[in-house]
Amino acid sequence: MSKYTLMLREDGQTFTKFSPAEMQAIIARYGAWRDELQRNGKFAGGHKLRDGQGRIMRRNGAKIVVTDGPFAEGKEVIGGLFVIEAGSYDEAVSIANSCPHLEFGSIEVREVEVTPRP
Amino acid sequence: MTDLNFQRVSSQIVATLTRILGAQHLALAEEAAQDALVKALQLWPHEGVPDNPTAWLIQVARNRALDRLRRDQRSEPLDEVVAERLTHAVTPELPPLRHETPPPEDDELAMMFLVCHPTLSREARVALTLKIVCGFGVGEIARAFMSTEDAIAQRLVRAKRQLRDADVAFELTGADYPARLDSVLDVLYLLFNEGYAAHTGDDLVRAELCREALRLGELLAAAGPKICAERAPAVHALLALMYLQAARLPARVGDDEGQVLLRLAEQDRTRWDQPAIARGLQHLDAASAGDTLTVYHLEAGIAAGHAVAARYDDTDWANIVDLYDALIAIKPTPIVALNRAIAVSRLRGPRAGLAAVDAIAGDPLLARYYLLHATIGDLALECGDRERAADSFTAALACECTQPERRFLERRLAALP
Repeated sequence: MSKYTLMLREDGQTFTKFSPAEMQAIIARYGAWRDELQRNGKFAGGHKLRDGQGRIMRRNGAKIVVTDGPFAEGKEVIGGLFVIEAGSYDEAVSIANSCPHLEFGSIEVREVEVTPRP
Repeated sequence: MTDLNFQRVSSQIVATLTRILGAQHLALAEEAAQDALVKALQLWPHEGVPDNPTAWLIQVARNRALDRLRRDQRSEPLDEVVAERLTHAVTPELPPLRHETPPPEDDELAMMFLVCHPTLSREARVALTLKIVCGFGVGEIARAFMSTEDAIAQRLVRAKRQLRDADVAFELTGADYPARLDSVLDVLYLLFNEGYAAHTGDDLVRAELCREALRLGELLAAAGPKICAERAPAVHALLALMYLQAARLPARVGDDEGQVLLRLAEQDRTRWDQPAIARGLQHLDAASAGDTLTVYHLEAGIAAGHAVAARYDDTDWANIVDLYDALIAIKPTPIVALNRAIAVSRLRGPRAGLAAVDAIAGDPLLARYYLLHATIGDLALECGDRERAADSFTAALACECTQPERRFLERRLAALP
């Protein structure tokens, strides 16, 4: 078993267009997806990242330049992430494939690499 | 999470915030409610649903409203009293602070009367009721009324601007309630009919319309004399009418070969919703207190006449024709006249019915109505005039009608001897 992160990309306006009933239904689907993973011991955490804030830091010669961003003005940014347990990339992709988020944005699946133990 | 209902919470938040902020801030109240729901949508998938989701949503909405007011301080100074009220964390577990937190139902009721403001058109009242009191989205309203999202959004914006320009107060005076009650009832019946009518459209949304009309009607009836004064019988009459009609919904569409609309005579009465009939008759009883007689009373009486007949042949047609005669005196519309003619045909025979239909067939409103031609077809057939029946069913099919109605007509045409 390895850990995989599912980085959830979306544009910030994605969720604002739904009606209250639709929003409740979407939350229920995320909840069901999560519950299913938890039952199978495949869920390892998740975080929502705060929208509209963030700093990007870069070295420019001798000094560090800090800029605001990224902002989700029309383009996708990482809005949150889930961490799951999976036996292979195929399994991780299949879990991500069942995640409701794919209807609202894209998911980047990456394996967490750990130092191999001898 | 089972009794959590975003639609309901959303309308409660809007109503409560509008009371605290004043009706001129209706748009802000709506934005804050929307912000809270979006926040839940973004956070709950990651963090799970909080222990008391309703209180969580209300609190987030209050904070958002305060944030937005603070942000707008330059154009409009922050009212400290309002800020103080918003800051007060009020969760449903805590005993309400009496001076500032009436039960949420009171806010909802006030909202119903607020959006039935006399400066607004009927269409605007209906759209605002769905959006603000029922918590529907723009898309759902558009689907319910077979309109476009743009058209509904524009209608809502216009209506809210009118409310703002009219400088409407949220706190209605005692006189506003009885003065606007008829308009509120009219809106509820319209919602119900839109849901009940066998139009094409989104079935889920339509069922929701009927449920909401009944829920809000019950809310009104429960508020009793405080709101309705001597008009309470009209509220009960409307509820009776809606329950008695809703009771027939399960039997109205046949499920044998696709969706076929079934007439009263053909419906399997064991499928009628008996608890709904009982509730309807109970309201009809309450409606007869006092000497108020409204259209709702008569229409509910007719619906009750059908509801209590165990079989179609048991119907007390003399009673129903009497009720139609009384109804047509205060609501002389072609549709009422057509329904009366059908009742007359059951009481006095197809020839008398046909004569009554022929007397109104020239009405331009009826000429394009499929049910006029279908009725003529049925009665002509009963009189043995096969040719006229065939012509009439063909004419009915040329009118605008829904798929279940169309299948019903095609079936009638095919079954001709």
